[in-house]
Amino acid sequence: MPFKRYVEIGRVALINFGKEYGRLVVIVDVIDQNRALVDAPDMVRSQVNFKRLSLTDIKIDIKRVPKKKELVKAMEAADVKNKWENSSWGRKLIVKKRRASLNDFNRFKLMLAKIKRAAVVRQELSKLKKST
Amino acid sequence: MAQKQRTRKVSRNPELIRGIGKYSRSQMYHKRGIWAIKAKNGGVFPRHDPKPKPESPAEKTPKFYPADDVKKPLLNKHKPKPTKLRASITPGTVLILLAGRFKGKRVVFLKQLPSGLLLVTGPFKINGVPLRRVNQSYVIGTSTKVDVSAVNVDNFDDKYFSKEVQKKKKKGEGEFFEAEKEEKSVLPQQKKDDQKTVDSLLLKAIESVSDLKAYLGARFSLKAGVKPHELVF
Repeated sequence: MPFKRYVEIGRVALINFGKEYGRLVVIVDVIDQNRALVDAPDMVRSQVNFKRLSLTDIKIDIKRVPKKKELVKAMEAADVKNKWENSSWGRKLIVKKRRASLNDFNRFKLMLAKIKRAAVVRQELSKLKKST
Repeated sequence: MAQKQRTRKVSRNPELIRGIGKYSRSQMYHKRGIWAIKAKNGGVFPRHDPKPKPESPAEKTPKFYPADDVKKPLLNKHKPKPTKLRASITPGTVLILLAGRFKGKRVVFLKQLPSGLLLVTGPFKINGVPLRRVNQSYVIGTSTKVDVSAVNVDNFDDKYFSKEVQKKKKKGEGEFFEAEKEEKSVLPQQKKDDQKTVDSLLLKAIESVSDLKAYLGARFSLKAGVKPHELVF
């Protein structure tokens, strides 16, 4: 019931609306009740409304408004990229992206694979049913 | 001696603003060196008389003049060129046909004909689409490519696909009451052989890729929840 992910300096968040949709950013300062200053290694530091941010579990250790180099170093030290890509949320996003970029031929191959897998599962199920 | 390379004629009178040059008439006269040419030629600008034309036979006045002036149609030298091929469509691309008898079928693109239409084949054994012409607008180009370097399509053009001219039959009275003999148009053996030669080479290339044969044999369709504008082809 209590909140676990807080808006704080160093909190890693995902932008979920707007031009920067899908970008992982770090909160480097709080401007006022509604806005935060966010930064990412490949982005110009900018303000973003909290409503556009989805907080993640990852937090890095930085001082208020660090220089870009220090930010990058802190992100490397906390291993944000790997932690994100191994988290279940991060993995789901990667799968979504992969599925959206599928070719027509790849979609066809995927369908064949799904049918094959379903056939194997059904076989095992029928075996189990028969044995009981 | 090799031919002198003519450099492009650059104007000696730079443009200040459109229609106004930097130098006046007399300044340009001096710059062009007309005075030097005249001096070399004894005070007169050299003149070349027109070459004597060979004697043409005297033309007779026409016998007939039309009563009213006949308007000549305007000259039109426009030559149509084949439609621009989309960059995604190259020889060997798998296309999805969107209209016609074979809608939804996935088909291999061979070449663009001089009329602009695309020459396409199933291959026939895989999905029943023969060597056929198809309009680029009714086609989705996928990013799947088949190797068609082995296939020779040079002898196919628009004339190959033109309809046979029907000979007009004179209907006599007796023939009205006879059962109308429907002449079935049989596909000439030549076309069947052409299909076979093109397809045999294609089939080898297709079977080398796994699942491609089944892919070409299946029809494309939209399923529930599939958004065509978000699909990547």
